[in-house]
Amino acid sequence: MTAARPGPVRVDGEMLAVKRTAGYVHLTVVAPGVAERFRPGSFVALAVGGPLSDRCLRRGFPIYRVRASGTYGGTVEVVAEPDEPGTRWLAGRPAGSPVDVLGPLGRPFALPKEPVSCVLVGERRGCAPLFPLAERLRERGCAVHMLLGAADERSLFGTLEARRAARTVMVATEDGSVGMRGGVVDVLPDLLVRTGADVVYASGSFPMLHAAARAAERHGAWSQTAVPAPDGCGTGLCLGCVLPVVGEDGLTRMVRACTEGPVFRGDRVRWDDVGTVPTDAWGAVTPEAAP
Amino acid sequence: MSPDEVDLTCSVGDLGLPNPVMTASGCAGGRELAPFLEVGDLGAFVTGSVTLDPCAGAAGPRLRETPSGVLHRTGLQNPGLQGFLTGELPWLAQRGAKTVVSIAAGTLGEYAELARRVGNSPGVRAVEVNLDRTARELPGRRFGDDPYQAGKVLAVVRRDVPRGIPVLAKLVWQPGLVDVARSVVKAGADAVVISGQVPGAAVDRSAPEPSVLSGTLSGPAVHAVAVQGVWQVHAAMPDVPVVGVGGVRTGWDAVELLLAGASAVQVGTAALHDPTAPLRVVEELRVELGTLGMGSVARAVGAAHGQGVSR
Repeated sequence: MTAARPGPVRVDGEMLAVKRTAGYVHLTVVAPGVAERFRPGSFVALAVGGPLSDRCLRRGFPIYRVRASGTYGGTVEVVAEPDEPGTRWLAGRPAGSPVDVLGPLGRPFALPKEPVSCVLVGERRGCAPLFPLAERLRERGCAVHMLLGAADERSLFGTLEARRAARTVMVATEDGSVGMRGGVVDVLPDLLVRTGADVVYASGSFPMLHAAARAAERHGAWSQTAVPAPDGCGTGLCLGCVLPVVGEDGLTRMVRACTEGPVFRGDRVRWDDVGTVPTDAWGAVTPEAAP
Repeated sequence: MSPDEVDLTCSVGDLGLPNPVMTASGCAGGRELAPFLEVGDLGAFVTGSVTLDPCAGAAGPRLRETPSGVLHRTGLQNPGLQGFLTGELPWLAQRGAKTVVSIAAGTLGEYAELARRVGNSPGVRAVEVNLDRTARELPGRRFGDDPYQAGKVLAVVRRDVPRGIPVLAKLVWQPGLVDVARSVVKAGADAVVISGQVPGAAVDRSAPEPSVLSGTLSGPAVHAVAVQGVWQVHAAMPDVPVVGVGGVRTGWDAVELLLAGASAVQVGTAALHDPTAPLRVVEELRVELGTLGMGSVARAVGAAHGQGVSR
């Protein structure tokens, strides 16, 4: 065997298990080569519909867990929400059926060099990539505190596992059915103070990430925000998943969530301008030059 | 015939290629493909369209999946001529890519400047002229819509690109396709690239309020449009090299375009789905030609003409 090449691979994988949890579907896929290259925060892009499919784009999922080797070879696990035909097709695959896997893709979470205090905040199934991250942080001697939230109990993910993964765990639901009543962003500022957080890692919707980045900045902590794994090509070819991000040089560029992300420094993303091309972005068309 | 006996080398006019499968403009970067294939193994690498100035592209949403297709509206996001020449072109040259540079502009003057500077850059094997652009002086009209406008663009580009560097004119299917193709060839185009892409729109069901994305439809859904366009242009001008692009995802899709009259094909949407697709198509094409008993690509080009095919 040659040493693993860096970068992603495309492999003909195999569905090993499909497990339904309350609101989601937990997929385990045999995907040799992906596990070996995985770092927390990276994602996989799965093809849907089989070889004769009329679906031309892949579905992106943050990686929840990998096992580099086992009885079946390396496996990768993701948490899906069967809310559209492609994901429903995946969720309906029987064990043993082929799955076309591309990964691991994207830029992972940056890890601190020092054993600092970290708050990991996740929303809905966006919590999934925080678990392998927590493991790496603990290995580095970091104090790991988790804050998980969702609208209701059914949409929470990983609250039981969090008790093993983190030193302290807080849960917040909008309807108050579990833990504190409210959104994670309502709870976050206090938690940052209480834990003396140096770094905030966040994974969830754009509004939540925006609030988490803002809370981190106010507290004087770094933030690493993982935007939702994009559907599309996953490789950077299609330019479908761009968002405005400020570079080291202070210039705003339209960068791809799949290639330059999905993890960004929270203070670099222009959250209010996501979905637009700001007029001061590099290469933005000025009104008089518009075709 | 054994696939190993099939000769895949081919040429588009004076542009010699190791095989007839190129990437399609806008559906392939260079570095993005590198983890999955050697860009030097492609028949040719066609870059995303380069504009004179950097372009941030369109606001989102830019992409939507439709049945057997992808609807897109990226607004030609690209690093601009300078960024391309200093950043992407040297990398492609170093990897041994046969680089075809796609250029796009809003005025004849911009096309001329792009042609001059791209055409004189080392490592450029050919120039592809994207005519699916709005002419700044003719609001709402695209250069490629009109034989006269398209011909004017090709005349300035051919004038400013050095001899020996082929110029390819890229046209999308439309009722007047053959007239536009004649005009660009008369103006100096060495070959014509025929795209099956068509306008399209889709409504987003996940958005809180129904929203429409209006853009360009690519993918297997438009493959037959590309075959039709290639067929028409080859029938009208059998001596003009044609490159077919639209919905190629298997070796047979590529062979179909060759038989209809294309000298080479481009792979776009299939590469978005699977970055290894272009080289898989090469291998499948080899097998298909072997099955047909055709020992070379040249033997297949236009072979479906004159066989009593009904219009």
